[in-house]
Amino acid sequence: MNWIAVKSIYIYEMTRFFRTLTQSFISPVLSTSLYFVVFGAAIGSRIQEVEGVSYASFIVPGLIMLSVITQGISNASFGIYFPKFIGTIFEMLSAPVSFLEIVMGYVGAAASKALFIGLVILGTAYLFVDFEIQHPFAMVGFLVLTCISFSLMGFIIGIWAGSFEQLQLVPLLIITPLVFLGGSFYSISMLPPVWQIISHFNPVVYLISGFRWSFFGAADVPIGLSLLAIAGFTALCLSVIWWIFKTGWRIRQ
Amino acid sequence: MGLEPETAMPPILNVTDLRKSYPDGFEALKGIDLQIDAGEILALLGPNGAGKTTLISTICGIATATSGTVTVGGHDTIKDFRAARAMIGLVPQEINLEPFEKVISTVNFSRGLFGKPANPALIEKILRQLSLWDKRDSQIRALSGGMKRRVLIAKALSHEPRVLFLDEPTAGVDVELRRDMWEIVADLKRDGVTIILTTHYIEEAEAIADRIGVIADGKILLVEDKAKLMARMGKKELEVQLSQPITEIPASLVSDRLRLSDDGTALIYSYDTQSERTGITTLLSDVAAAGLVLRDVVTRQSSLEDVFVDLVHEGETR
Repeated sequence: MNWIAVKSIYIYEMTRFFRTLTQSFISPVLSTSLYFVVFGAAIGSRIQEVEGVSYASFIVPGLIMLSVITQGISNASFGIYFPKFIGTIFEMLSAPVSFLEIVMGYVGAAASKALFIGLVILGTAYLFVDFEIQHPFAMVGFLVLTCISFSLMGFIIGIWAGSFEQLQLVPLLIITPLVFLGGSFYSISMLPPVWQIISHFNPVVYLISGFRWSFFGAADVPIGLSLLAIAGFTALCLSVIWWIFKTGWRIRQ
Repeated sequence: MGLEPETAMPPILNVTDLRKSYPDGFEALKGIDLQIDAGEILALLGPNGAGKTTLISTICGIATATSGTVTVGGHDTIKDFRAARAMIGLVPQEINLEPFEKVISTVNFSRGLFGKPANPALIEKILRQLSLWDKRDSQIRALSGGMKRRVLIAKALSHEPRVLFLDEPTAGVDVELRRDMWEIVADLKRDGVTIILTTHYIEEAEAIADRIGVIADGKILLVEDKAKLMARMGKKELEVQLSQPITEIPASLVSDRLRLSDDGTALIYSYDTQSERTGITTLLSDVAAAGLVLRDVVTRQSSLEDVFVDLVHEGETR
């Protein structure tokens, strides 16, 4: 195992993140504050409690998941697409590193950035609403797994993308609707029966449900199913990446 | 039992029947065989699209070979890719650098990528050697084209490779930088680094290479010691300038090796410097006997460029 290479990629990527720390920090804090002002204070005050908690508290796990998923995908996809775009990928391909080491470096950095943003949003949420985390270890576990799995997915998108437009296509057209319709701002039980059934085909439902359970002890789907869904999604992404490096699809000539 | 025969050093780079085809059917490499000894400089010449960059990319792992094998220092580049790639440094043709990175960080990153622990003293030595030390904290985007090319070389040298590929390293750089590059290559050779250089500049190959390889249409046409190649294929010409132009060569002088210049003011005689008798003495006395008056006599040596053009032309007509 070339650990020095993993560390080098990780530090290189994190340096890029810290170069633009102000934007990285201010942007999620601002958008989360706006969500709390609009959904929490303005609209939320007219909504009854959901699953026994105030609406403003109820949306905290969903908001964190929304940011973590989009940040994980965008950081990882940009991280690998940029070297492809400017041509520096040649160095990675000609270095004595395996696919696993490349993935660990890039995905590790993207997941760390997403985790950092997630924790910043959690801290911001405490400024607006009172809530307790019933299962803190499970919360951290779900957060870390979500950061990793969606960074893996972002890595695949970055390799697939042939242009900056394509880089934005999947997050905009697929991920954002799935996250919004995955129960970020509502409980699945609030939907009509047909839409409840349809929602169960949305993988993000399982993540948000599990994550919300770690906060409030209530979930839309059993916690075991949520864990299984995230483990399955991670395994699927890893398999696709393994295949990409084995065949050289879109990276090797 | 007799003594075991002395064995020659195995080549540091061994390419055997290497082929590369693309899905559209285009065959970029058509069975390349190439052996390169440790410490030598091989210049690979070839016209655009000959397969030079594809060959380098396939050896270095950027492109996947369709068939054939490559070993570096005895390590197969597929089965034992870590050991093989650790020995290779690559300076690509295009200036591929991240614009917002600092010079020193991108060079340190390259060393780390090859699994080598940080070595600030070595990196400083490399940057100083390439006149980059003063620019170490500059962002890449602030550097000139020539400086960026030096950064690429520094990155390639950062992990102390034993085999260095330079893919047209002096394309588009000024004369001064080109000379600097040649000096850098000479220094590396002194350190025992094997260098494979692709170039369009024949003078570059002539100035620094030990051996010349010519590639065209995905095939190696020849690999030969530069001096031997020049001696074998290099022709010399003697131009006998006449005081009065003539319309045709006098019958007493007609020969395969003699031709008249277009304006009729000179007789041009081709001869081989390696042969025992050049025929120059006989020619000059015959010219005098034919009543022609000489104005001047000039000799010309054919350059490597002429040799290269002849070889590629032969390859195309074969």
